Parts: sequence; structure tokens; C-alpha cells
Amino acid sequence: MIGLFADPRVATAAAAADAALLSVEHLTMRFGGLVAIDDVSFHAARREITAIIGPNGAGKTTVFNCLTGFYKPTVGRLTLNREGTLFYLERMEDFRIAQEAHVARTFQNIRLFPAMSVLENLVVAQHNALMRASVMTFAGLFGLKRYRDAEKAAVEKARYWLERINLADRADWNAGNLPYGDQRRLEIARAMCTEPVLLCLDEPAAGLNPRESAELNELLRFIRDEHGIGVLLIEHDMSVVMEISDHVIVLDYGRKIADGSPEAVRSDPNVIKAYLGEDEADELPPEIVADLEQKTGGEA
Amino acid sequence: MATHVRTAEGSLDLPAILKDCLMTGLVVFALAAPIIGLRTIDTPGGLGIDYRFDDVAFAVLAGIVGRFLLNLYWAYGGRRRPKAKTEEIAGGRAGAFMKKVGLYGGPAAILFAIAMPMLPFADRYTLDVAILVLTYIMLGWGLNIVVGLAGLLDLGYVAFYAVGAYSYALIAAHFDWSFWVCLPLAGLFAAFFGVILGFPVLRLRGDYLAIVTLGFGEIIRVVLLNWYEFTGGPDGVSGVPRPSLFGLEFARSSSDGPTFHQFFGLEFSSLHRIVFLYYVILALALITNFVTLRLRKLPIGRAWEALREDEIACRSLGINPTNTKLTAFAIGAMFGGFAGSFFATRQGFISPESFTFIESAVILAIVVLGGMGSQIGVVIAAIFLIGGTEVFRDLEQYRMLAFGGAMVLIMIWKPRGLLAHREPTLRLPPSRKPEAAPLAGGAS
Ligand SMILES: Nc1ncnc2c1ncn2[C@@H]1O[C@H](COP(=O)(O)OP(=O)(O)OP(=O)(O)O)[C@@H](O)[C@H]1O
Ligand SMILES: [Mg+2]
Repeated sequence: MIGLFADPRVATAAAAADAALLSVEHLTMRFGGLVAIDDVSFHAARREITAIIGPNGAGKTTVFNCLTGFYKPTVGRLTLNREGTLFYLERMEDFRIAQEAHVARTFQNIRLFPAMSVLENLVVAQHNALMRASVMTFAGLFGLKRYRDAEKAAVEKARYWLERINLADRADWNAGNLPYGDQRRLEIARAMCTEPVLLCLDEPAAGLNPRESAELNELLRFIRDEHGIGVLLIEHDMSVVMEISDHVIVLDYGRKIADGSPEAVRSDPNVIKAYLGEDEADELPPEIVADLEQKTGGEA
Repeated sequence: MATHVRTAEGSLDLPAILKDCLMTGLVVFALAAPIIGLRTIDTPGGLGIDYRFDDVAFAVLAGIVGRFLLNLYWAYGGRRRPKAKTEEIAGGRAGAFMKKVGLYGGPAAILFAIAMPMLPFADRYTLDVAILVLTYIMLGWGLNIVVGLAGLLDLGYVAFYAVGAYSYALIAAHFDWSFWVCLPLAGLFAAFFGVILGFPVLRLRGDYLAIVTLGFGEIIRVVLLNWYEFTGGPDGVSGVPRPSLFGLEFARSSSDGPTFHQFFGLEFSSLHRIVFLYYVILALALITNFVTLRLRKLPIGRAWEALREDEIACRSLGINPTNTKLTAFAIGAMFGGFAGSFFATRQGFISPESFTFIESAVILAIVVLGGMGSQIGVVIAAIFLIGGTEVFRDLEQYRMLAFGGAMVLIMIWKPRGLLAHREPTLRLPPSRKPEAAPLAGGAS
């Protein structure tokens, strides 16, 4: 166990073989007196979309910030299992989490590189691979073949994702000039260009129209099924959550109040209470009832 | 630039009109200053120049008043002013134009710079001004890496210029090595200082970084001023050796070996040395430019720009921000160091006087005025700022006033610098796959 403290990565292939992709244990995050996350534990698996839902201020984004190293959790262990190698994310710096553990994320307020072209956004995401190919810039400076090939491969990977998100014809646009929905999808594509094993999406459907939202569902399913990675999804839009997630975790005031399949969570009394307040617990607003019925009807 | 002379309510949009008039005045001034303002006259000592500022002022005034009346006519006289089409098309045109400038303007400017010393008007004074302008172009290009590409506001760039100059002067004085050996050493020293400074301060952002770098620039100057035994303090270092061409000195005669004019069988002329210095700084500046252009297209250059755009996003993509910033800082410092050692060898004498904060400010002004990240912008701004201040020396104290005013006007007219257009570092090549690739379909 002493070795654990020396190196955040410990290869215990046998033990990790069937472990979850990500396990969060007793995660607690305090900001001064405010407890943003209070002893939350959950797992996320490969080839699954795990949704994290909860009212505003429940601590969802804070969980992501802990996972990706932007915040250091007050207490807790965050273990990522990448092909049998364990990474303890709470001890790693933010950029190392992306670089070594291959956890990628998007942001609630889109963070593209607005003055750079769409293609450049996707190539920047492959920085570490390209740096290796350019031998810390020297091979690139002299235009060696090895680097030129790597750059071509990076552009082809970018093209693959551009075709996936229907932006190939606007590859040379400045990312900041794209419509909002396209920016959202570009941010996801950019995260995918880092070759993640775990993709964390913070409200990707926010501000999308129904058509764009359907396209997004398609894209997320494609990422899960074809690339076999785990997806963590924060989302307020219940139609997205219910339709595509395999597993839902509900947070409220920093506590986990439910964890299970979408069907189980939807009928959980705690969840209904959290979303609607104590008093009207058994009296759902009409639009939510309609929404739920439509969903159940659609699936039947 | 679509200027609407009337607001939606139908009243006059006075600021827009005034801006328009000022622009006209500026254009008239640019045209009138050389055409009307300067007149060659015969003087006993040869050809002289007569300045006619009152005539220029009249021309500018006439332009402004005329434009104002025209604006009033547009506002009340029925016919609408032809509007620019759409923002997008305008941007596209600017892009196409800038591409042409890059394609033909750059090489043309380089050819002109190479031919310059051979042209008839290249006397000693012109060459001196050209060398000065080129030094600032090089400094501007060096700082452009740090400020324009990596987005790190560095107010102490002169520190690296000073480190380069003193490294060269002191190494040359103590070890008696030639300019060509000391030049890379001076660059390395400056880069080393860049890393040393960068390591603790690059965690800071924006204004904080600016203040710390400003402080660092002053610290270097104060150390140079007070470390008397090593740097000579306020007396500076004199007798800095001049550069030689493969061991050929530029002197009337030399104790060791033939000098330049003896070797080539030329008449001795002090101009040879100036022309040689001109080509040295031209070569150094062009190297800076080509290395920058090359780096910009490499992963490291794109990472610099990404860092300027959004550091948090960079972290989320696994880009090490500290290393990336450090490389920008070190490479920028290295070019500053090269320029510094050139400065030392050209002057033959250096003292802390030459490395005050105002130098940092001028270099930064060149970068900002030119359009952050634009290589050609730096050239234009350096010619305008450095060449301009030299040429208009006769205006004496009004010179600075005029340039301050001109800078304010440019910042109003083009807040992102003269040439703010950015070309992508790579474009998507046309697909080689057939149209009906299996990847298409699905999402739509
Ligand atoms: N850096 C911080 N400093 C102090 N308090 C913070 C910080 N970050 C988050 N919080 C607090 O933590 C709580 C949870 O915030 P968080 O952003 O995680 O909510 P969320 O579930 O993402 O909400 P939303 O749905 O509105 O995005 C909030 O009360 C917030 O004010
Ligand atoms: Mg949030």
C-alpha cells in the first residue's frame, strides 16, 4: 500500500480487470462552510452513459471539476481504471488527468478556442500525440517526414469527427462564428480527439432545439457504442436523460439521493420530492406528467 | 465599415459622423504630408526641404469639412449612402486581401529590404534609420511570440534585450571571442533568463503578469546600474568589439590580417560597415520571422494560441500550460537577446540608460498597433513608430504629441491593431474518399 502514495498509478491488472471504469468513493468537497458535495459514491462503466442529474446548485459541475482536477476534493478517492492501470485522479494535476488518465470533458459554458478555426480546435486537442511526433518541436521545425505523417493523421482524425458532427464543410471557419448548437458538438468532438476513456459532458443539450437535441443523442450513442468509452453526462433535459442514459445518479444539495436505471430513478419518491419540493410531492406539474407519459408511451 | 449616419429614431448619429470625418482627415493628412507638405528647394549647401505645414493643415481641414457636409447631405438629402454588403463578405474580402498581402507583399518587402543599400537614396542617415527600424522589427517579432501568440502580457521585454546586450559585451570583453560566437551565447543567456523569470511568474495571469514582468525589467536595469565591478554601473561597457565578416574587419587598417576593403581591393569607406550591419540585422530579423512562422504551424505554436484563447480548455485537453508558456517566454527572450547583442555591437557602447521601461513600452506598442500576432503588422507599425519618430525629428517636442494622437486614432479606428486578420495554420485538404463514405449518414 505504501507504493500507492509514491505513484498515483499502480498496475494491478488482475484486480482491476472487471472493476468499473470510474469509481468515486466518499467524495466530499467543501468551499469554506459550504458543502457542495457531501460523501458521494458512485461507479461509471465502460460502454455506458451515466447521467448525473439534480436541481440547480446540487453540485453536479463540482463533481466534474473534482474528476478533472480543476478542484482538489476535500475528501474522497476517485479511481480511474484505464486498461488495467489505476489512476487516482484526486492526486493528479488537471492537465495530467487529460494527458495520462485520458479523461476528457466539456464545459457548461462552452470553452472553444474562438479565434482559431474549427479544424485547429480539433488538432490542438491532439497536442500531446503531435508533440511526441515532432520530438519536442525539433523534428517539426525541420519538417521531417515522421512529423508530417503525424500531422496528416491528426488532420484525418479531425476529419473523421468533423464528418460525424456535420461540420466538414465549415472546417476553416473560426470556431467562434459557428452557431451555438454546432459549437456544442464541436466541443464534444474536440474532447473525443484526445482519445479519452471517460468523457464528461456538462449539459451538452443546453440551449439546443429539438432537432439538434436529437442529433446530439445520436452522437452520444455513437460514441458509446462505436468507441466503447464511458460517458458521464450532466443534463437537465429529461428527454435526453431518459432516452439515452443507461444509469442515472441523482444529486440534491450535494448528496446522492438516487442511483439506478432511468425507470427506477423516475419513479423514486426521493427524486420527485427533490425536484418538486416536500409539499407537492404527489402532485406533479402537468408538463412533467405529460413529458413522463410521452416517454413511457414512446418506449412501449 | 458600415457607418450609419442616422440612428433608428432618425436623429443624426454624431459620433459616427465625427469618426468618419476624422478618418477622412487622416487619409488627407497621409496624402498631403508628403505631396504638399514637403517641397525641395535649392539652398547654398545643395538640395534642401521646405516644410509647409500650414498648407497641409488647410488640406486636412478642407477634407474634414467637406466630408462633414457630405455626411449631412447623406443624412438629409435623400440618397442613402451605399452600404457595405454584409459583415461576412467584408470579412471574406479582408481575408482574401490579406492573403494577397502575405503572398506578394512579404516577398516584395524582403526583396526591397535586400536591395535597399544599393539604391541611390541609401546614404548613411537612411541606413542608420533602417537599421534602427529593423532592430525594432526584430524585437517586435520576438515579443509577438509572447504577447501576440501566447497572450502573455510582458511589460519587461527590454530585460532580455539588456541581458543579450550585456552578455555579448561582457563575454566579448573578457574572453575576446568574436561576435559570431557570442551571438548565440547571448541568445541562450537571454532564453535562460526567460525561463528563470518565467518559472515563478507564469502562474499569474493578465494584469498580474504584466506588473511582475514590468518589475523584472526594472530589477535587471537596477542591477546593471549598481553592480559596478561587473557591469561598469552607469558608465556602461565601452569598446564593445565590432563584428567581422569571416575574420575581415571593417577598419581602415588592422594589426591582425587584412581588413575588408583591403581584401576586396576596395576604396576604404565607413559605409561598408554600416551596410554590413544592415545585412546582419536584416538576416537576424528574417530568421526570427521564419522561425516564428514555422513554429506557428507546429503543435507548440498552436498550443500557444490555444492558451491565449482559453487556458482552462487547454488544461482539459492535457496541454501543460506551464511548459507551453515557458517555451514561448524563452523563445521570445532568445530573440530579444539576439537583438540586444546586435545593439551592443552596433553602438560599441552600452549602458543601463538604453534599457529603460520606455523601450518595453515602444516594443509593446509596435506589437499591439500592428495587430497582435500579425508579422506584417509589426513591420508596418515599426516603420510608422520608429521610422516616423526619426523622420519627423524636426517637429521637436510636437513629435511625441503627434504620435500619441495618431496611436489613439488608430486604436479607435482599428481596436485590434492595423492587421488583425488571422490565417488558420492549416486547412482541411479535400477528401480523397468517395462521396458515399460509410462515415456519412446517421446524425442528420
Ligand atoms: N469555486 C467555488 N467556490 C465556492 N462555491 C462554489 C464553487 N464552485 C461551486 N460552488 C458552490 O457549490 C454548489 C454546487 O455548484 P455546482 O456548480 O456544482 O452546481 P450544479 O449542480 O452544476 O448546478 P447547475 O445545474 O446550476 O449547473 C453551489 O452552491 C455553488 O455556489
Ligand atoms: Mg453546473
